[in-house]
Amino acid sequence: MYRSQFISSRGNEYFCDIDEDYLTDRFNLTGLNADVQYYQHALDLVTDVFDVECEDEMRDHIEKSARHLYGLVHARFITTTRGLAKMLDKYKKGEFGKCPRVNCGTQHLLPTGMSDVPGTQFVKLFCPKCEDIYNPKSSRHASIDGAYFGTSFANILFQVYPALVPEKTTARYEPKVFGFKMHAAAALQRWQDNKREEMIERLKAQGIDNPFAMDDDGDDEGDLSSGHEPMDIAGADDL
Amino acid sequence: MSSFTESDPLDTVTWINSFCSLLGHEYFAEVSEEFIEDDFNLTGLQSQVPMYKDALEMILDVEPDSDMDPEPDEEDMDDDEEDVMRDEEGYRIDAHGFRLPRGRSISDQSIIESSAELLYGLIHQRFITSRPGIQQMAEKYEAQHFGHCPRVFCNSTKVLPVGIYDTPGIDTVKLFCSSCMDVYTPPNSRFQSVDGAFFGTTFGCLFFMTFPDFQITPQGDPLNLASTHPIYSNTPYVVLREPATVTRRDSRSSSLTSASAPTVPSVPQIPAEWIPPSNQPTTINGTSTGNLAPGLGPGRIHEPKIYGFRVSERAKTGPRMKWLRMRPVDITELDEVGRLGNDRDEDMGDQDATTIKTGKNGTKTATAGQRKKAAAKSRRNLPAADGANGTGQTAS
Ligand SMILES: [Zn+2]
Ligand SMILES: [Zn+2]
Repeated sequence: MYRSQFISSRGNEYFCDIDEDYLTDRFNLTGLNADVQYYQHALDLVTDVFDVECEDEMRDHIEKSARHLYGLVHARFITTTRGLAKMLDKYKKGEFGKCPRVNCGTQHLLPTGMSDVPGTQFVKLFCPKCEDIYNPKSSRHASIDGAYFGTSFANILFQVYPALVPEKTTARYEPKVFGFKMHAAAALQRWQDNKREEMIERLKAQGIDNPFAMDDDGDDEGDLSSGHEPMDIAGADDL
Repeated sequence: MSSFTESDPLDTVTWINSFCSLLGHEYFAEVSEEFIEDDFNLTGLQSQVPMYKDALEMILDVEPDSDMDPEPDEEDMDDDEEDVMRDEEGYRIDAHGFRLPRGRSISDQSIIESSAELLYGLIHQRFITSRPGIQQMAEKYEAQHFGHCPRVFCNSTKVLPVGIYDTPGIDTVKLFCSSCMDVYTPPNSRFQSVDGAFFGTTFGCLFFMTFPDFQITPQGDPLNLASTHPIYSNTPYVVLREPATVTRRDSRSSSLTSASAPTVPSVPQIPAEWIPPSNQPTTINGTSTGNLAPGLGPGRIHEPKIYGFRVSERAKTGPRMKWLRMRPVDITELDEVGRLGNDRDEDMGDQDATTIKTGKNGTKTATAGQRKKAAAKSRRNLPAADGANGTGQTAS
């Protein structure tokens, strides 16, 4: 079985198993023949009807094409109801890893593309808590084409399952020197805090609740490490 | 150390060498014996470390028993402890292969060993904020011993090991990225047993204050395709701030130097509203402008899209965290001299003045004017804003 072999091989952990009836419905493959070399052979291989006798070199080409085809169909499949459910299952199990950002706790990640055009960007990992994207830890994953996951999938998933959007946090790292906040960093963070407050006001005007947990107040000082009074110190020139 | 090497060339591995070469200890600097031998540097540590004196002797490879037998002694040989390890000459050794002093039990020895590690860590926290220590860490940083920021838009910026706490036993070592000013969990689990306090809260920040000339953003990383886009590589503003370079590259396009568009063909243009005005200072609030969170700001904020359309903030599942990765296009917005006080109310009533995505092209001057007005207004408000919100500005 091509599909089960594909998803269980090392480095392919981010992919889900595309439903057979999705893969065999020609409608779902519209336009892909232009993107995939040896399209028909590749499709035969992916759908386990491959019976062409050919040389090893040719077979290598077809296998590469089959992988590409699987990836392109995968990007479409994971935005369908069935595909979303399969990826959601993997997300819940943490199969895409956890956000490396300390203040995100151990928030699970989702694979995402930065482009839908194949061959332009490698796959990245989206954290729904900090809403930023990260490089996969393993080079096996970092070299997968991002177009096999696409730019829309992660956002569609949360649109379909809005209850799964994690609670946002204003907690963050405050650079300090000998217990004092670094002036330049603190000034930037205050500016960012203002941007956040502006957003909360805009949301309020739209009838949307404050997305941040009530107990983590952005103005809360010194919650980490030091008991010093929160004071800024100037930059390098003062040391 | 050098005399030690000369007198005994066969046995040059010190306790410190072996500690730093253990798996998971790659982030540690080798604290100089000179630093440890200066009592001033150890002030206050005695009360934090059990069996302090023995631990210190172990770190410095001082033999605790001066008249140790030259031969393995009989008493030791018929030791009834079961898991005694011996070296080829029959001396009892510890887990690291070091000979046990005569008469010291294995359990004492293991307490001293863990004390030595704790003591070394606490000294290390101080050492790396000293001149020789921070220098050694700079070499490790340059050699990329600490790895890179996992954030895509930081474009493989080198990171530094830091602690969230200065007290040992609370949390493990983290990695600080100065490009996004955030901290991350090391990618390899072997660092999850290294105490963050051994690096401390001060080092990361002090490092960049000590070496203000280090260019934080790296050259394009071939693995990261984003680096081929001009706005993701180096600092996008270099070309724009130094029109002379552009002129030199293409003398015919000198008329372009006053315009905002970069002259490099076939690359996406930087939107006009991302280009800072020409009055950008070289330092802001004591930090070099180019090194203040260069991984943040327009073009470096993830933009969620569905089928090519941006997900609106007004959507139920729309973006809520963009502020975390924002940086003003015009860095003078952060200049707090003359902007003291609580100008939050001001900003709320005058949103458009500070929102990045204000207009398309013609609004540039208008927003600048509004901003000036806002600044003037907040200055007038100064007596009312007493800093009671606890943000504690330095009076200057
Ligand atoms: Zn996150
Ligand atoms: Zn970063």
